[in-house]
Amino acid sequence: MSSRLLALLALLILSAAGFLFLGAEGPWAFLLPFRGAKLGALMLVGACIATATVMFQTVTANRILTPSVLGFDALYVLVLTVFVHGLGAQAAGLVATPAMFVINLVVMTALGLGLFALLLRLGSGEMLKLVLTGIVIGIAIRSFTGFLQRMIDPAEFQLVQAGSFARFTYVDPLMLGIGALVAVPALALAWRLRFKLDVLALGPTAATGLGEPPRRVQMQALVLICVLIAVATSLAGPLVAGSSGPSNFFGLVVAALAHIATPSPRHAILMPSAALIGGCILIGGQTIMERVLHLATPLPVVIELLGGLLFLTLLLKRRAA
Amino acid sequence: MISIRNLSHVIDGRPILHDITLDLPRGGITALIGPNGAGKSTLLSLIARLTRIQQGQITVDDLTVGASSDRDLAQRLAIMPQQANVSARLRVGELVAMGRYPWNRGRPGYEDRAQVAESLAKFGLTQLADRFLDQISGGQRQSALAAMAHAQGTDYLLLDEPLNNLDISAARGLMRLLRDMADAEGKSILIVLHDINYAAAYADRIVAMANGRIAADGAPDGVLTPQLMRDVFSSDADIIRVNGRPVVVV
Ligand SMILES: Nc1ncnc2c1ncn2[C@@H]1O[C@H](COP(=O)(O)OP(=O)(O)OP(=O)(O)O)[C@@H](O)[C@H]1O
Ligand SMILES: [Mg+2]
Repeated sequence: MSSRLLALLALLILSAAGFLFLGAEGPWAFLLPFRGAKLGALMLVGACIATATVMFQTVTANRILTPSVLGFDALYVLVLTVFVHGLGAQAAGLVATPAMFVINLVVMTALGLGLFALLLRLGSGEMLKLVLTGIVIGIAIRSFTGFLQRMIDPAEFQLVQAGSFARFTYVDPLMLGIGALVAVPALALAWRLRFKLDVLALGPTAATGLGEPPRRVQMQALVLICVLIAVATSLAGPLVAGSSGPSNFFGLVVAALAHIATPSPRHAILMPSAALIGGCILIGGQTIMERVLHLATPLPVVIELLGGLLFLTLLLKRRAA
Repeated sequence: MISIRNLSHVIDGRPILHDITLDLPRGGITALIGPNGAGKSTLLSLIARLTRIQQGQITVDDLTVGASSDRDLAQRLAIMPQQANVSARLRVGELVAMGRYPWNRGRPGYEDRAQVAESLAKFGLTQLADRFLDQISGGQRQSALAAMAHAQGTDYLLLDEPLNNLDISAARGLMRLLRDMADAEGKSILIVLHDINYAAAYADRIVAMANGRIAADGAPDGVLTPQLMRDVFSSDADIIRVNGRPVVVV
């Protein structure tokens, strides 16, 4: 199993090298830091979403759910919309600045935690109820966002839209630094939860019997998921092709591939495996799209397409089994 | 000793357990019998802290259920629940190894591996250790869960209808194993059984429950009477003696 993790690591290094060195269109002195920051962002986003999704699937005991089901990406677009709505054209210069990034990060983490707190109240601690309530709230957030967007000036709306797509065109090193400062400790804490998550995956009864009451681990995992998704989304914009997609297929793809590439019930394997695969897909995908095929199609669109197919396959396979 | 003091439980306004007081001293097998819905599983899940205690107190030796740390309790008491569907896709060996978690917190050492190998062997699962739980029969899964509880290495073991899905040889094998654990290792075992004949044959003590109350308590010989069958089970099954042991004629 560890040899497979090493193979994934090799693949990641290969994609990273391809991303950094393929197709030089300028002086290296400029190109390398520029591409380096992008590479870092892609890796961080991949690892955050992958880890969060694996944890989320364990906490909800469901292999086809992802955190964005609970309206996380929607939250991001809402923050952006409210911001532009409130400030108008002045927001133009702010959308992609570190200041906006920090605001987004803080607001999203806070709103995410609030959302979870609310869900736990409404769902009375039952995971299925929690998820269903989350879906409904997610729809409500999206509708409200849509309503706000219709009220703002078309030019300003463009601004929101530009910010709503995952963007990997330019990454501010400062934003990347702040993101890493938050995400790396969260990832480390997720890693420390790995054995508890293994126990949690056995189901609530067995977990309690083994001295690990599910509630506590679930809470810790949900908080970490919140932070990780907030970092990823603020850094890259929601990884959904339209900002209103039903679910974040990227997380789904990564988690499903991790189960295929490294079939193991152990989170000590699954989480790094998913993180590596997440990095590979984003970096490799971006390299192929940008440098090899010279396509202008945004990567998330392709991921959504393939992810959608995978989602259907998973659903149908479950039905058949 | 597990002592249960004035335990009452209500679900959705409906009383399930009424003021139960019961002591289960160290060592030996106690069988809990009673009709469907009597409250046996509820009582077990309260002892095993799967359900929060509403009223009353349960202590396991010096530990208090609901107050002592979860880890301490998990090292003292293991449960094999009635509906134990494991959600994760695990191999038999991996499942049994999870039983060591209260001791090693996920980092198995040499002793843990030895214990897991022993539990697998005891329950006849060594050959199946590498099979996935969804690739074995219901009875084998049941054995795997029992082996996991065994690997937990606790002084107290609670089993809720462990004979479900087991054929007669596996059922007798499991009961003999429990008997051996009680006799040789001094374990205290509380087991819910529907087949009263197994209770009569293997248990030191029988506790009968009906409508959330203790209806009878004592050695199998004294407890198993036609009167009990009528009062507790509303059944006119006869009880005869075979080799000096009470046997219910079904
Ligand atoms: N989650 C629940 N919600 C409502 N009622 C419940 C719940 N769990 C158990 N009960 C009720 O509590 C009573 C006792 O149930 P319990 O499962 O303890 O019975 P039991 O003695 O284990 O029965 P069986 O032999 O069928 O397993 C039953 O009347 C049952 O209907
Ligand atoms: Mg029961």
